[in-house]
Amino acid sequence: MTLEPADRVQAVGPSGIRRFFEIAEERDDVISLGVGEPDFSTPWAARDAAIQSLEHGRTSYTANRGMRELREAISTYVADRFALEYGADEEILVTAGASEAVDLAFRAFVDPGEKVAIAQPSYISYEPGVIFAGGEVVPVPTDEADDFRLTVDALEDAGAADAELLVLCYPNNPTGAVMSRADLEPIAEFVRDNDLAVLSDEIYAELTFDDDFDSNHGGSAKHTSIATLPSMRERTIVFNGFSKAHAMTGLRLGYALGPAEAIAAMNRIHQYGMLSAPTTAQYAALEALDSCADDVATMVSQYDRRRRFVLSRFREIGMPCFEAKGAFYVFPEVPDGWMANEFAEELLHEEGVAVVPGDVFGVGGEGHLRVSYATGLEELREALARIERFVAEHA
Amino acid sequence: MSEREVLELLRENARYDTADIARMTDLEESEVEAAIEALEAVGVIRGYQPVVDWDRLEDERVRAEVELNVTLDRETGYDDIAERLARFPQVTALRLVSGDYDFDMEVEGDSIREVSQFISEKVAPVPEITQTVTHYIMTSYKEQGIELGDGEDDDRLSVSP
Repeated sequence: MTLEPADRVQAVGPSGIRRFFEIAEERDDVISLGVGEPDFSTPWAARDAAIQSLEHGRTSYTANRGMRELREAISTYVADRFALEYGADEEILVTAGASEAVDLAFRAFVDPGEKVAIAQPSYISYEPGVIFAGGEVVPVPTDEADDFRLTVDALEDAGAADAELLVLCYPNNPTGAVMSRADLEPIAEFVRDNDLAVLSDEIYAELTFDDDFDSNHGGSAKHTSIATLPSMRERTIVFNGFSKAHAMTGLRLGYALGPAEAIAAMNRIHQYGMLSAPTTAQYAALEALDSCADDVATMVSQYDRRRRFVLSRFREIGMPCFEAKGAFYVFPEVPDGWMANEFAEELLHEEGVAVVPGDVFGVGGEGHLRVSYATGLEELREALARIERFVAEHA
Repeated sequence: MSEREVLELLRENARYDTADIARMTDLEESEVEAAIEALEAVGVIRGYQPVVDWDRLEDERVRAEVELNVTLDRETGYDDIAERLARFPQVTALRLVSGDYDFDMEVEGDSIREVSQFISEKVAPVPEITQTVTHYIMTSYKEQGIELGDGEDDDRLSVSP
């Protein structure tokens, strides 16, 4: 056998989500709350910019790091919104989705055998990314008792002090948890004390809903990036992109922010593997930053209403759910006596509602469901009514 | 601003029940009820109607937009003319507008003949009205903020990361 997959590839099994996807696809009456992407369309202005770029024949490679105008626009945007100061020349790398940026970072910063601490539950691609890079995952559980925020105790208990990197994702997929500046300060201290670097996935940064949230100390959004804390900028890579807040998942456009040498290392891989992010998508993204702030605000306000509705309904149904304040997910507990995957599978079979069991997102996820509210309110109402009936019948 | 938020939600869907609105706004249901009562009492909310896509009904329903030019005198103002026109049940909307004409009037009827007759026999003879221009609505794509097409199918993966 000549095409024997490498050991590190064989070490990664199929995603736990895939099975649910296959079951859900077999039926045509499914209401899916398992979707990790917006139900809104890409704002028209961004779509028009993409079309225009094609009409003008702008279909060549761009600079490896991304179009200069786009990097400048990103630099201005992250400064205004999140108080993140990064220069367009050397500190920003435009990638094919934030996912590429995450993968590049693992390959750029992880040597074989090195440990990478991942706050979990978390987005399903981090762990395989570490393994593909030859690293070793150190799961750091977060607990519902702490509203799924990462704590220094959890880092210490998990042995994260021995790791090279710490991966954070706040607002969090799948829990919807957010971290305030006060929550992040002790984490930053731990990181500095133990000389770790941080990969901070902030793709859901615009989707932060907490009215009482502390200010981000400079930007105009409610989200606080760990890179804005003292002495953290030089040891952090921030990921963001256009998939979530700008509803541009299929356009595959993201970016990484970091110190010049670190971005150069990521770009070294990017320039050989990807060359440059899709040009059409870069034009759409430029327009999205230029003129789509109102579209984003409208979507955020709709998500917030749905979030309140879904949280309220789960509590009425008797499925406890902490106050998720970010992303577009809630993370309710399954009723006593159920494993999360059994509950999700039976719910799908009996009531045609697709949700994702929390255990696929790593430690701390068992006993929970990831429920996306990136779906119209009428469907949410119906789906929650079906869940209520299911729980009542099986109580 | 809770009244404003309740109003926005009712504009989105007047059939949201008060419990749903309470869930979405973090208000108590009693607060939502009070807000709606207050909005109705002061006349901000004037009624509740479905948004109808007439093209989907087999029964013919004819609608027209009518531009009206009027002339005023010492005794007769815009409000007087409007009051007279608004009383006709065929008139579903009436607005004083700026621009090339004075009133923008929406008229409904069961046939083109009925609507035409109404305009020629009831509207045009009003002494202050100097000109009418009637535009029959051929297809409606959006009404009161709601798109009337079939909508886009949700082609997202049913379960995704």
